[in-house]
Amino acid sequence: MQHRYDVLVIGAGGAGLMAALYAAKGNVSVACISKLYPTRSHTGAAQGGIGAALGNVAEDHWEWHMFDTVKGGDYLTDQDAAEVFSKDIIDAVYELEHMGLPFSRTPEGKIAQRKFGGHTREFGKAAVERSCYAKDRTGHMILQTLYQQNVKEGTKFFNEFHVTDLLIEDGRCRGVVAYELATGEIHTFHAKAVILAAGGYGRIFKITSNALTLTGDLMSIYYRKGLPLEDMEFYQFHPTGLAKLGILVTEGIRGEGGILRNDSGERFMERYAPTIKDLAPRDIVSRSIISEIREGRGVGRDKDAVNIDLTHLPREVIEGKLAEITDLARTYLGMDPVKDLVPVQPTAHYAMGGIPTDLNGLCLSDGNGGSIEGLYAAGEQACVSLHGANRLGTNSLGDLVVFGRRAGIYAAQYARQVEFPDLPDDPQRDTKDMFDGLRSGSGKENPALIRKEMQESMMNNVGIFRNGPDMEKQVEILKELKSRYQDVNVGDPSLRYNSELIEVMELGFMLDCAEAMTASALNRTESRGAHDRADYHTRDDVNWLKHTMAYKDLDRPGNVLIGYKDVALKGFTRAFEPKARVY
Amino acid sequence: MTQTQHETSTAPAAAQQALPMLHIKVKILRFDPEKDRKAHWETYAIDAQAGDRVLDVINEVKWYHDHSLTFRRSCMHGICGSDAMLINGRNRLACKTLVRDVAKDGGTITVEPIRGLKVEKDLLVDMEPFFDSYKAIMPYFINESPAPAAERIQSEEEAERMAQSSNCILCACCTTSCPIFWVNGSYLGPASIVQAHRFIFDSRDEATQQRLNIMNQNTGVWRCRTAYNCTEACPRDIPITQLIEEVKRAVMYQQA
Repeated sequence: MQHRYDVLVIGAGGAGLMAALYAAKGNVSVACISKLYPTRSHTGAAQGGIGAALGNVAEDHWEWHMFDTVKGGDYLTDQDAAEVFSKDIIDAVYELEHMGLPFSRTPEGKIAQRKFGGHTREFGKAAVERSCYAKDRTGHMILQTLYQQNVKEGTKFFNEFHVTDLLIEDGRCRGVVAYELATGEIHTFHAKAVILAAGGYGRIFKITSNALTLTGDLMSIYYRKGLPLEDMEFYQFHPTGLAKLGILVTEGIRGEGGILRNDSGERFMERYAPTIKDLAPRDIVSRSIISEIREGRGVGRDKDAVNIDLTHLPREVIEGKLAEITDLARTYLGMDPVKDLVPVQPTAHYAMGGIPTDLNGLCLSDGNGGSIEGLYAAGEQACVSLHGANRLGTNSLGDLVVFGRRAGIYAAQYARQVEFPDLPDDPQRDTKDMFDGLRSGSGKENPALIRKEMQESMMNNVGIFRNGPDMEKQVEILKELKSRYQDVNVGDPSLRYNSELIEVMELGFMLDCAEAMTASALNRTESRGAHDRADYHTRDDVNWLKHTMAYKDLDRPGNVLIGYKDVALKGFTRAFEPKARVY
Repeated sequence: MTQTQHETSTAPAAAQQALPMLHIKVKILRFDPEKDRKAHWETYAIDAQAGDRVLDVINEVKWYHDHSLTFRRSCMHGICGSDAMLINGRNRLACKTLVRDVAKDGGTITVEPIRGLKVEKDLLVDMEPFFDSYKAIMPYFINESPAPAAERIQSEEEAERMAQSSNCILCACCTTSCPIFWVNGSYLGPASIVQAHRFIFDSRDEATQQRLNIMNQNTGVWRCRTAYNCTEACPRDIPITQLIEEVKRAVMYQQA
């Protein structure tokens, strides 16, 4: 079947829903394609808040937020993006409130704000209350509110449609191809502009906060066309996942006064970040936790976690402002944060890298200003490089509303000015080839085992602490897994609701993301933000103040070509010189 | 199978590793419309840890026993609402139900699709009627007055009025446990009434009267017979029956 829309949005999480709303305001026809029902998107799992310098609780300014974002990103953040963001997010938060989002409130009835890791006043002097929140389910409320507004606007949704291909020819995007789960039918969507907002790919790791559906599909499809993925080496581990499970425990828990303790009860963050202690940025806290564990001061049977201590906080705070994580601890660990210490460990959480875009969301095809006409991206899928080498807590929800909105506006503006481009001759050919290939293998290999080996080896070799030899080993492991993937078993011949075919397809996408990440990390011989190498222990601004652009070598399978892109070291009105990152 | 069990990405929690291994059977209602004329049970023997989620067990079946098993799942921790199913006869989220709470060693866990919606394949049902009901109650904030430059002021008490209803994740556990909904699919059902409650009791919203009118129709709130199934089924402990009663009272007195 064939469809035609001026603007197509892929993904119905926060970025996709915001983009769809704004594209629709641009007076063009819009449809949103999602592999889930929109309310199932992973934006709903974000807990702690959305940072904006509203100043409702303590004095704050967008410049301070911009500085924290740039410093938090270890100066790899593009400062023009940080400036646009820090200003825009203030309006965007008010806009969410005007859409009815039920924020928690101050005694004066304003949007409540609390402390968060790396949020400071006066350029690093002390912690500041910047995170706007709705209890500890802020992402859930953003997702619900944006979906509600799309229902109000009558946005057309194609739910449970898995995008299998992007139609790009001669540097121009012409639409997408998608598999409809309910019928097994392959659809062609012809479009003037396409916005990619399908989220991250945390499922390449063994321990992750990410949903099972976060498999990097569109990043991989982009990469398979010989187009670059930017800064893939920068992958954030959230310091506090529930031990072994990886389920997110919001940073709001530390914002409200929670304290990390090792096996002897010591508040160890005092040693690593004396100024802001438990409220240091995520890369620093994650490394501090792993250091404690490696030095034998972990807790639990395997001594591979540390505790988060809330027991000194009033019960009303724990059960009120932190109700979600209280429920998670009780459900999954049988522990009550009101009186028990809760064991946590770092969990794979957020991709700072992804499909490179400019400030308007336009997808870039190289590091020298080339772009793909008609193709936009936003949210975790994209890399406008707001987050640089390490994302500040709350800036993911901010990113998706600010840059989702911009992508929607500019995609619609573009679509109004152009005619529909011609479709390729046989738009479904590559999708059909992929499906035929997956079904015609020898069937020796169980996809679940390949996936498990990928997840464990990525965790071990390209995790929080990295070194050259481990990553070289990982390059070989991924080559072997990809070769076994050629013989993967797809036993279910049915067309309707073939969830087996989808899982196998997603595994192929994940292997590509893992390949690009490993090559990018091996190539960067320094330590910066979330990328920490034992064999290159310091930050090297002389050689590495630049973005990585990883390209799949279409002629040599398994080989990755590396290019670079300059970092924007100035904003429009402010610029922050790189300096040592101490907290 | 199951040596692989403990190494999967969803390994159980540290505190639970000392818990015993349970040898259980999982009995799943299977239906593939391309092959089957009617649904049939299939049973799988699984070794599970007591702290595993039922979803871990179902994934285990799919990944190592029968790849064709079809169900919805996503977040794995009770926030996306994808994996509502009937577990031992009760509506629950498979990712929020621990094995130890539904089976003893040597016991059987039964898993079926939620009731009242058409089964498309195995545990996966047609969700469209559910979302159609949701859309029918105008589930969006309405305030046509010019917005202020900053936020609309709302007191902490007024914000707290929405805390329970806005906690809903639209998993459909409540609506598909409601006997009235099973008998009469045109009843909007508990989930939609909870959504209506969320806006009716929002101090900033201006469409209270329109929503009360929808709730007053014969598909609305008066169909509720206070069976409490919805409240028992809710995986997020929303006191749904109480919220429905509050909406009934608001309709009766025509004010929120």
